[in-house]
Amino acid sequence: MKMISLSDAVALIPDGASLMIGGFMGVGTPERIIDELVRQRKRNLTVIANDTAVPGRGIGKLVDSGLVGRTIASHIGLNPETQKQMIEGKMAVDLIPQGTLIERIRAGGYGLGGVLTETGIGTIVEEGKQRIELNGKSYLIETSLRADFAIVNAFLADYLGNLSYVLTARNFNPVVVMAADTTIVTADHIVPVGLIAPDHVITPAPLVDYLVMNG
Amino acid sequence: MKTMDAQSIIAKRIARELRTGMLVNLGIGIPTLVANFIPADVKVFFQSENGLIGTGSIPEEGMAHPLLTDAGGRPVTALPGACTFDSAMSFGLIRGGHVDATVLGALQVDAKGLLANWMIPGKMVPGMGGAMDLVTGAKRVIIAMQHTAKGKPKIVTKCTLPLTSARPVDLLVSEMAVIAFPKGGATLLETGPGITVEQVVAATEAKLELPDKIPEMQL
Repeated sequence: MKMISLSDAVALIPDGASLMIGGFMGVGTPERIIDELVRQRKRNLTVIANDTAVPGRGIGKLVDSGLVGRTIASHIGLNPETQKQMIEGKMAVDLIPQGTLIERIRAGGYGLGGVLTETGIGTIVEEGKQRIELNGKSYLIETSLRADFAIVNAFLADYLGNLSYVLTARNFNPVVVMAADTTIVTADHIVPVGLIAPDHVITPAPLVDYLVMNG
Repeated sequence: MKTMDAQSIIAKRIARELRTGMLVNLGIGIPTLVANFIPADVKVFFQSENGLIGTGSIPEEGMAHPLLTDAGGRPVTALPGACTFDSAMSFGLIRGGHVDATVLGALQVDAKGLLANWMIPGKMVPGMGGAMDLVTGAKRVIIAMQHTAKGKPKIVTKCTLPLTSARPVDLLVSEMAVIAFPKGGATLLETGPGITVEQVVAATEAKLELPDKIPEMQL
């Protein structure tokens, strides 16, 4: 794990990069990294996340700034700007059932080629996908997802990069950490090693490539 | 009948389906109101799919925490015994059959109990969120909805809107009726307060099985 300044961290991300972003309706989203992506005008990003929050918040700020070329998400209903850009053809949007989305990301991080799920069978989600019969049940084959970068926010990070989360800010964060080539983390508090008890570490330090300096 | 009255009837009737110890996921809209009508001696675990079991009511003024919200991003409280987890576990709970019941809204439900509740092509494309996983994976799927929309039946012969799942729902509660879907057909179990069987049939496009006894909803 390397400590890094916010501007240097975001400078690692090229235009056109794919980003898995933690958070659920902006809760647990690495807001400082988003702001810096906007400031450095990183363009044509592919965003893989649960949702695009609302205008002016979290991923919504990337959408407001026209920096997102493609979104892979489960829900965009609370962000009219995302829907507008989708309808105008400015942004490609893939909508995926939430449980399938998180499991495809988990598979990407856990070394699996995909998962089998009953979700989506007999709906438009099935279009273009392979169905498999197993033990008398039908499943869709859903392939794994990975990204160039995972950008996440933790509540606590220790000096080594062990992470813990609070309340409903955990959501996609510890899952996307596993599924990207490079992981960049912000933490609300950076604390001495040992303050996060071993049993309370949710993301082990070796998974974190860059921890953004606070202050 | 005023809109608020209809919603309260629906929520109150569905609350009677819930038992102590059940893990329950409530959708947005009328389903959220169900929590208001659960008797004090019935202790249900409510799940928010953003990663919480033990979801409580809206916090009092000044007590909200920005990192404690429901799946719509609104501040909630956490009850004693609450726990939090990531989204993979949250949908493992849902898809894995660990959620005892989910209560969801509907755009259409058809004669076989198939549900359409996430999309109106060309008009409303918000994404399915967790709806497809919930309907496919929860042990029991209960629909909370007003019986008609602008006078048009929402309980139809066959859904014309995109389906949420190939799995039929178990129970549908409107302000006019309680309907179940055993053996692939819609059966009228109860009528709403002051509503006749004939009125239900007239407001329903799908063919309804009519048992000999169809009591009025007890609220």
